[in-house]
Formats: sequence, C-alpha cells, structure tokens
Amino acid sequence: MESTAPASPPDGAPALSMRGVSKRFGELAALADVGLEVKSGEIHALLGENGAGKTTLMNVLYGLVKPDAGRIEIDGRPVALDGPRAARAAGIGMVHQHLALVEPFTVAENLVLDRGPARGGLYRRAVEEAWARELAAGFGLALEPDRRVAELSLGERQRVEIVKALTSGARILVLDEPTTVLTPPEVRDLFVALRELAARGRAVVFISHKLSEVLDICGRITVLRQGVVQGTVAAAATDEQDLARRMVGHSLGGLSRGPRFPVGQARLLEVVELGVDSAAPRPAMNFHVSEGEIVGIAGVEGNGQLEICETLSGMRPARSGTVRLGGRDLTRASPLERARAGLGVIPEDRTQSGVVLEMSVADNLALRAHRRPAFRRGPFRLQSVFDANARELVAKFEVRPPDPDRAIGTLSGGNQQKLLLARELSERPTALVAANPTRGLDVAATEALQNRLLQARAAGMAILLVSTDLDEVLALSDRILVAFRGQLAEVPAEQLDRETVGLMMGGVGFPAAAREEAIRL
Amino acid sequence: MIVFELAAASIRMSAPLLYASLGELLGEKAGVVNISLEGAMLVSAFAGTVATLACGNLWLGLAASVAAGMLFLAAFAALTVALACDQILVGTAMNLVAFGLTGLLYRERFGASGAALTLPIFPPVRVPLLADLPFVGPLLFEHNLLVYGAFLLVPAVHLALHATWPGLALRAAGEKPETLEAAGYSVRRVRAAALLAQGALAGVAGAYLALAHAGTFVEGLTAGRGFIALAIVVSGRWTAIGVLGVSGTSVAAQFHLQASDLGVPYQFVRMVPYILTLVVLAQVSRARSAAPAALGR
Ligand SMILES: Nc1ncnc2c1ncn2[C@@H]1O[C@H](COP(=O)(O)OP(=O)(O)O)[C@@H](O)[C@H]1O
Ligand SMILES: [Mg+2]
Repeated sequence: MESTAPASPPDGAPALSMRGVSKRFGELAALADVGLEVKSGEIHALLGENGAGKTTLMNVLYGLVKPDAGRIEIDGRPVALDGPRAARAAGIGMVHQHLALVEPFTVAENLVLDRGPARGGLYRRAVEEAWARELAAGFGLALEPDRRVAELSLGERQRVEIVKALTSGARILVLDEPTTVLTPPEVRDLFVALRELAARGRAVVFISHKLSEVLDICGRITVLRQGVVQGTVAAAATDEQDLARRMVGHSLGGLSRGPRFPVGQARLLEVVELGVDSAAPRPAMNFHVSEGEIVGIAGVEGNGQLEICETLSGMRPARSGTVRLGGRDLTRASPLERARAGLGVIPEDRTQSGVVLEMSVADNLALRAHRRPAFRRGPFRLQSVFDANARELVAKFEVRPPDPDRAIGTLSGGNQQKLLLARELSERPTALVAANPTRGLDVAATEALQNRLLQARAAGMAILLVSTDLDEVLALSDRILVAFRGQLAEVPAEQLDRETVGLMMGGVGFPAAAREEAIRL
Repeated sequence: MIVFELAAASIRMSAPLLYASLGELLGEKAGVVNISLEGAMLVSAFAGTVATLACGNLWLGLAASVAAGMLFLAAFAALTVALACDQILVGTAMNLVAFGLTGLLYRERFGASGAALTLPIFPPVRVPLLADLPFVGPLLFEHNLLVYGAFLLVPAVHLALHATWPGLALRAAGEKPETLEAAGYSVRRVRAAALLAQGALAGVAGAYLALAHAGTFVEGLTAGRGFIALAIVVSGRWTAIGVLGVSGTSVAAQFHLQASDLGVPYQFVRMVPYILTLVVLAQVSRARSAAPAALGR
C-alpha cells in the first residue's frame, strides 16, 4: 500500500535539501532560515544542544510541524510534506526521540501496524512474521518477529524502529538522538548498522548533542544553535573544541574537580539489605556513600533507579532493610523527617515533586526553610526574609531572569533545576541524592551544576548521583555502581572506565537470572 | 431435572451479558471506558419495545434497538472522542439521561400505572440433529437465535482483535495512540468505530432483555447488567475468552444464589451494580498490567 522509493536522483542532486526553513512558536524563533543538505550514502549529523531546534527541523521534514517558510527538495525535486503519509511516500523514514513501539505487541505486529493492512485486511501471523524477518534481513538487520516488544532490550527495540522506518522504502533515514537510551556496546552495534545502511546508498540524518559520537560516525556535521545554523563542517576538518564552540557559542571552562576531600571513614549514607517496593521481587541492596564522596549509579533508564531514589527520599516505602543517615535509622521516616535529618533530594521529575510550578521563585526556594524561626513571626511568614533568601540564591546560582517574584513555571528547565539545587544545597544537607540533575540542560548550565556538585563534595557532602548519562557519572564519581534490571553491582575500583561500565550496563557481571528477566520492573 | 433447567437458563442469561461485555471490551481495547453501557442497553431495550409494538415484527424491533444503541454510542463518542471530555463524567451523565429519558417516555406512552406490556419474544430454535442428543441437546441447542449469536460472537471478537489489521489498529489505539497516529491513522476514527460497534452490541443486549428474556418493558429493565458487564471485562482480563468464562460463572452463581434463597434483602440486591462499579474502578487502577495502557485517556 505504501509507494516504493522514488526513482534514483538526477545526477548531483543531494538526497535531501532543506532551504530557508523558519518556524516560530509564539515569541520563540525555533528555526530561523535553516538550511540542511544531505547526500545519498552519507551519515550527516545534526548537532545541537537541547532546545536548539533539531527535533523541530525534523518534524518539519516529517510533516508533523508546518513551517512558516522554507523549501524542501528530495532528489532535486520540490516536495510538499503536509503529513507523515506524504513524508513517507517521499521516501523519508523517522526514528523518533522517544521510541514509539506498542509494547504488548510482537515485533511483527508493530511492523504491520505501521505498514498498513495486507490484502483483505487480515493479520496472518505466520505470513507476517516471515515477511518481517525477510524485510529486516534485507536491510542487514536481525529481528525476532515473534517476540513481544516488552521483552526486548532498548537496543533491540531501536533496531525494530529502524526497520519500521525503512519499511516503506525510505531512502532518507532520520534518527533523533538514538543513542540516549543505549549502552555503549549497543551504540557500537547501532553504528555498524547505520554504516551498512549508508553503504547501501541511503542518506542518514543522525541527531545528537554528543560531540564524540558525532565525530565518530558522521561524514559531515551541521551545527544548530537556538534555531540558527552555525555552519556545516566535515568531521575530518574539525574537533571537539571547534564543535563545542559552535554549539554553545563560547568556549567552556571545563570541570574543576578540585582537591579530593579526604574521604572520612564516616559512612554518611548507608543502605543495608534494602528491599525496594516494586512489582517484581528484587534482591536486597547494599551500598554506602562516605563523607566527601560522590557515588554514581549508572545504568540505562528504567533499571530500578527510580525505585531506589524514591525509597531513599521517603516517597516509596521500603519492603525490608535499613537506610541510615549519619548513623540514624531513617527507613521509616517521612520525607520531611528525612529532610530535617539532613537529606537533600533532587528528584527525577522536578516539575512534579521538585518545585511547585505556580508558586514564585522565592516561595519555592523557601519550601524547606520556611519552618525555621528566622522565616516567620509566629504563624506569619516574613516576606522580607523570603525575598532576601531568594535574592541571595538567585544571584549565587546565576538564575535567569533574576526575579524572585516570577512563577517558577515560567522559567526554563535549566533555571528551574538550578533553583532546585540551590534550595537543596542551601539547607547544607549531610547527604544529597541527585537523580539526573542535568537532564535537559544546556552544556553551560550542565557544567555549572556539575561544578556545584563537586564543590559540595569538596565541602564534605556525601552525594549519590543517579544518572543515565554515562559521561556524567564517569566525570563526577569517585565510585560507580551499575543498575541493571533492579539490581546493583559495584564497578571494581581499578576499572572505572567507559568500556567496563558500558558492558555492565548491558548486564555483564550480573547473575544470569537478572539478564533473563523481563526488562520492565 | 431442576439443575438441568437452571443450567439452560444460565446459558440464556449469559447471552445479554456477553453482548454487552464484548461490546465494552471493544471500546476498552481501543482505550475508552463507557460506564453508560447500562444506559445504552436501557435505551435500546425501550426502542426495541416501541418498534416491536408499532410494527409487530421482532426483527424490526431488534433493528431499532441496534440503531438506538449506535445512536447512543455516537453521542458518547462525540463527547469523549471528538471533544475529548472526561469518559467517566460523560458516562455518568449519559446514564442519568438514559434512566430519565426512558422513564419519561415510558410513562408518556404507556401510562404511569405501568400496566403490564406484553411483547412477543424470540422463539427457541432447535438445531436439527444436535438438539436430539441426550442432555446436551436440550441444554445447548434449544435456544433462541440471539443466544447462538452471543456464543458465536466470542471467537468472532477474539479473531477480529487478533487476526485482522483493524483489530491491530484498535488495540494500538488503546495501548499507544501516539504510535497509531504516527503511522498515519486517526486514533479518533478507530475509537469512534469501536464505540459504534459497541453501540450495536449494546443494542442487541438491550433487545435481548425486552424481546427474548422479559417479553415486556419496565423502568430499569436492565437492572444493572450494564455495570456487571463492565466488571466482567475487567475480571476477564480484557480478553474475549476471559469474558466468556466470567459471564458464564457469574450468571451461574447468581442462579445459585437465587435458588438457595439466602434471604438477602431486595435493597441490597439493588446496590450490587453500584458496588460492582466501585470494584471495577478500583480494579482498573490495580490491574493496570492487563489493561490497555491508554485506557481512559
Ligand atoms: N509545539 C511546540 N510549541 C512551543 N514550543 C515548542 C514546540 N516544540 C518545540 N518548541 C520549542 O522549540 C525549541 C526547540 O525545540 P526542539 O526542536 O525540540 O529542540 P531539540 O530537539 O534541539 O532539543 C525549544 O525551545 C522548545 O521548547
Ligand atoms: Mg529533540
């Protein structure tokens, strides 16, 4: 039912050419006069920070967003892409940033759903599974069509997505940040598959905000910053510094780890035989964070990190075991009691349990402190103290705009996160649990936040850094644990490298039983 | 022989529940909870009654019920699917409308006295040869056509959901609507189609109660069976086979209760549908794993 790929291009015309593409969302110019040219057989990077407009540009290409201006040519022919159907018919395949497979369906059912009905509208299992297997093999990818997507690893799911995107004969394949959910070995497999597809004459648009990755796999790189193209360069003619400068707009200072705090023997945060409350039974966990130490928990999203964080912060009851802070048993303490005992928390879902979006910056910053005598007179709040507190923290953490009266929800995600960290650190907690503290932030904000964490560490705080960003965990942590299907394992001290941690994220070093279990907790 | 007759009666009384719960199953698999199934059945039963009396033909009565059910669900779909109103609120409101409307029209037409209406009912049809078998013959093969239809509908719904492309699209609408939309299909259209099919089935269920079971129409004829059908879908873990199993056992249990006469006060029996609705809502949130992921959204 889908049309096949367009005939081969007139000589010399690029597979894809976008010119003068502009798109505004209200005040925001998400794309301003953007041009992008991709040749057949090329892997072309679209590099940019979060919010640079990469996804918007690709949504324009896929007919999901209607641009205010711009032309799109495929194989030198102008096309009007007014919806996903038209885009597919024009030979464009898309792997979205958030994987979009139906989890209770089998691989074949997912592919058939996307392809459309066979003649007669029947779904004949054997026929369709054979079709799916053959189709994937034709692209040089291996699939098991009869398996349920829910049982597949994220790397395997992505392979299904790629096959799905190619099903309708796509000659231009777009992958929106495909590596964020993958372990390093899976990333390597993905790169092999992409090179193979490019070698067979497809044009691949590879979207990323990771410099090393882009230099590794792409031929040319187009950099986007705040909706404006900052040039297209050949990977061979550039390096990370140059790309970072284009992407961020200025050079970065880098992380300053500073002198290592002499790790005290004091185990400030201690978790003993902890059983988290989850659907499937989990083996008990043991770990500790000492004074002046950052312990990282690495792992692909959804491997039990959320449960650990919620259990530590008191949002989720522990089934068994003990959580101690500075020697004090907090296993059954409420979130408030934990905060008073000196536990700071930067939750995963900051807009839900971190800040109150409708309240002002000043009020949000006082959410913990407002019970203190200094903040009130009797039952009444002292507005002047609220304001002074806010002004001080806003200045110290460089929040933009520096206005304590604004509703926090009107600030960008990065600034909300800065405020959250400001609030938690200003309480001078003994231990801090930080879940993905820099997710969604731009490079500069990320660096600033990471430096704050390092400063806190240097001042003796015990920090548990739970992050799906392997680079972040490697850069900040003194010790690393890996979360895999609800279990934790510590990375040997002499092997704190990308390779080892990456393999462990894929299950190496965990008991075989853990590897066989369904991935969803 | 009493056991035997009870079993045959159980089979007959499963039929309307099967129509209703298979209809609800289609809707829920597509991601829509319709708690006004009860109202849809009631309105259909009334429409079937009026048409049968007017035309003197049971099949035209059945057709009127089906049309009324589809119309009712079209209104429900317009509000919940097209206008994206809250499904539970719309369902509650439409139930109230259905109870009020049938009550009003009934009195308008047949008088407040509630003088007993007598309707023709679908006669039993003996399946040639099979009905002559000892025991199973009269048990399974001496029912009206709608009973056979109900039991044939179980595999039909199962196959429609799992062995056809529209079934795939319907389940996708209930599990991950964004994906269906990204594939270039309209989630709204799929859900509306599922609800219209549900309307037709609710229509048959309503017709059954008036034209095959009671042979009359009274206010509140459905007596909570729409709510029970909702519970059956949940307890049947959202599968056609599960629905068959649960409706069979629940009807059997009901007869057993009646036969053993535990002396449960009538008022408590009247509460059962409401309690069941609560149980359903509580279970839907608990039994998330088997439920369609996008149910109610
Ligand atoms: N539908 C939308 N409505 C309003 N703003 C949007 C919409 N989609 C994206 N934006 C904004 O446009 C900018 C670019 O977003 P996006 O293309 O998703 O960035 P990237 O993919 O590079 O991270 C962001 O500031 C984002 O908030
Ligand atoms: Mg994006």
